[in-house]
Amino acid sequence: MKFKVNNNEVFASTGGRPFDKKKPLIIFVHGSGLTHMTWVLQTRYFAFHGYNALAVDLPGHGLSSGESLKSIEEMADWVNDVIDAVGHKEASLVGHSQGCLVTIECTSRYPEKIKSLSLMGGAGAIPMNPELLSLAENNDPKAVDLMMDWAHGPAGHFGGHPVPGLYHINTGTMLAKSRTIQNTLGVDFRACDNYKNGFDAAKKIKCPTLSILATDDKMCPVKEGKKLASLIDGSQIDIIDNCGHMMLLEEADRVLTVLKKFITTNYPPLSS
Amino acid sequence: MSDKKKELKPNTYKFDTLSLHAGYQPHKNAGSRQVPIYQTTSYLFDDVDHAAALFNLERGGHIYSRISNPTVGVLEERVASLEGGTAALATSSGMSAIFLTVMTLCEAGDHLVVSSQLYGGTVNLFRLTLPKFGIKCTFVKPRDTEGFKKAIQKNTKGIFGELVGNPGNEIMNMPEIAKIAHDAGIPLMVDATYQTPYLCKPFEHGADIVIHSLTKWMAGHGSSMAGILVEGGKFDWMQNDKFPTMTKPYEGYHGLSFAEEFGPTAFTMKARAEGMRDFGPCLSPQNAWNVLQGIETLSVRMKKHCSNAEEMVKYLSNHESVAWVSHPSVPDHPDHELAKKLLPNGRGSMIAFGIKGGKDAGVAFINNVKLASHLANVGDTRTLVIHPASGTHSQMDEATLKFAGLSHDMIRLSVGIEDIDDIKNDFEIGFRAARKPRLVSNQ
Repeated sequence: MKFKVNNNEVFASTGGRPFDKKKPLIIFVHGSGLTHMTWVLQTRYFAFHGYNALAVDLPGHGLSSGESLKSIEEMADWVNDVIDAVGHKEASLVGHSQGCLVTIECTSRYPEKIKSLSLMGGAGAIPMNPELLSLAENNDPKAVDLMMDWAHGPAGHFGGHPVPGLYHINTGTMLAKSRTIQNTLGVDFRACDNYKNGFDAAKKIKCPTLSILATDDKMCPVKEGKKLASLIDGSQIDIIDNCGHMMLLEEADRVLTVLKKFITTNYPPLSS
Repeated sequence: MSDKKKELKPNTYKFDTLSLHAGYQPHKNAGSRQVPIYQTTSYLFDDVDHAAALFNLERGGHIYSRISNPTVGVLEERVASLEGGTAALATSSGMSAIFLTVMTLCEAGDHLVVSSQLYGGTVNLFRLTLPKFGIKCTFVKPRDTEGFKKAIQKNTKGIFGELVGNPGNEIMNMPEIAKIAHDAGIPLMVDATYQTPYLCKPFEHGADIVIHSLTKWMAGHGSSMAGILVEGGKFDWMQNDKFPTMTKPYEGYHGLSFAEEFGPTAFTMKARAEGMRDFGPCLSPQNAWNVLQGIETLSVRMKKHCSNAEEMVKYLSNHESVAWVSHPSVPDHPDHELAKKLLPNGRGSMIAFGIKGGKDAGVAFINNVKLASHLANVGDTRTLVIHPASGTHSQMDEATLKFAGLSHDMIRLSVGIEDIDDIKNDFEIGFRAARKPRLVSNQ
C-alpha cells in the first residue's frame, strides 16, 4: 500500500492482505540499503493471521519516494510518523540490523506507542568498516558485494534458500542495487556509523523485547547482541546455529517460528 | 614486512566452487555429501496451520513435486548462482522452459519479437503453436539489430532469441538488443543453451530471463532431459502497465501482487505458482540429480569442448571436401568480434559446415562416420552430427528453410571431448564416402 509521510509517498507491503484498521499493527524495518522484500518470509504469515503487517521501504529505498534519511534518530521519528499516518495508536516493531537501531531508538522515544520489540541481528552500535563505508558513499558496487559476503554465514554462502529456486546472495545483491548505492547504502552506513545512542536508548525500553542472534553473524556478533539485550529489562534471546546476519532469509522458518510465538504472546492478533 | 593495507575483497564462492556446492547444505540433509534424490510426490505438513502457510506462500517449503522438489531445488539454486541470477525454475525440457516463460509473460492478444535463427522446435512453437493461444510473433534476423526495434508493437511483451543461432552460429548483439527492449519497457529473453554460464553470462549483457535446455552441455552426457528458466532480477515490472499479471492483485493467491511482494524474484515465483500448478512440466528428481552430476564438471568439460572445436575448425577450414565453415572463432565469421566480447572463455563447440557435393554428399558423410553419432541432440560429451535440412529442420518448407539461414549442404557438428585425432580420422572416413557418389555421377 502507499500513503504519505511528510509529503513523501511511502510504500509498504501488507503481506498480501488488505490493510484493516481494526487489526493490530506490526511494522517491519529493513536493514541498510535493503527494502521491504527482505521480510517476505515473515510478513505474509502475520498478514494472514490477524495483523496488519507493514514491511516499509524507508524513504528513498525500494518503492518509497523522497531522499534517504541521514540519521537513525530521523528514521526513528519517521517510523512513529508511519504509525500515525496509517491511523494507529500503537504498534509492535520488528527490525533487522540497521532496522534494530531504528526500532530501539523509536521505542525509547515513543514508549507509550510501542507494545513489543523484536530485534534480528541487532547491536547497540554498528560502527562501519571505513573502507566499506567509503566504497558505499562512492557508489562502488563492491560495497554491496562485500556486504553480501559478510552478511551471510558460511552455510548461507552455499545457498539453500527456504523458497525453492531462490538464491540468497544474488537476490540480496539485486535488492541493494535496485536504487543508487550511494543514496541508499552509503547514507545508511553513515547513519549507522554516526549513531551513538543505542545503549542509552536500550536502557529506557520497558516493553517485551526479543533478540534473535546468529552464531555466524560477522556484522553484529552474538556478544554484541547479548550486550544490548542485557540492558533491556526482561529481554528474551534466541540464538540460531550455523547462520549469519541474514537470518531472516538464511533461517527464515526458524525466525518465523520464534517471532510468531513472541509476538502473538505479547501483542495478540485480532481473533477471527 | 610491508605495512600496505590489505584491500577488501568479497570472498563469495567462484564459478568452479559453485558448480559443485551451490544450493546444498549437507548438515540439513543427514550429512549426506551427495545431494539426495528425493523420490517422492509429496511432503508431510506439520499441522493444518503449516499446510495453509505453504499453500499461501507465507513460508518456504515443498507441497507436491509438480510444484517443487528438494533435489530439483538444489539444481535450480545451483544454476541461478552460476548465471548470477536471483532465482530459477527447472522444467522437464528446454522446450517446456520456453513455453512456461512465454505463458508467464504473455496473455492472448500479446506479441513477441523473435530471432529467426532458432532450433526448429522453437521456431514451430513461435510460428504455429503460440498463435493458437492468441500470441503472435514477428521474426527478425538476429544480425538485424534495427529490425528488432522496428518490429516492436504496442502489445509487444518481450524479445526472444538464441544467443548463438541454431544451426548457423549467428550471434545476437545482446547488449544492443537489450537496450532496445529496455527502451520499450519490455524484457529480453535469451536461450543460452549453446554457451552455458561458463562461456557467457547473459545477465551481464542485459538479458532479463535466461533459458537453457539443460539436456545439452549443462548435463553434458546425453542421459537426461531437463530445462530451466533463470531470472536476472533487474527488470522493473512496475515501470509501465504492460504486465498486469505481474503487478496487479492475482486472484489465484488472495490478491497477491508478484512484483510488489517478490521484486527481483517475481517472475520465477509467478512461473512456479501459476505455471507449474496449471501446466505441470515438472522435472523428475532423478533427472535433476543427473544434471547436477554434469554441472559438477561443467568448466572442465567446456574447456575441452572448446579446444576440440577450435581444432576441428582448423581441420575443416583446410579440408578439400569442405566448402565453408561457420564458427565464431573463424576470423571472417561476421560476428567474430562480437563473439570475442560476449564469449571470452571460448566460442562454443557448435560448428556448421558446408560439404562439397551438396545434399547427396551430406547424406553420404552422415551415413558413413562411425565415431560421430548421427542424432537429434547437441552438447553431448560425444561428437554428434546431423544434416539439418533432412533432420532437425525437416518440417520446414523451402522458404522457411531459407529464412532460417539453412542450406542443403549444411552439416551441424557438436564437437565432443574425445581425442581430437580420433574425431578427425572418423571425419576422413565420412569425407571419403561423400566424394564417391560425385565420382559415380560424373562418369
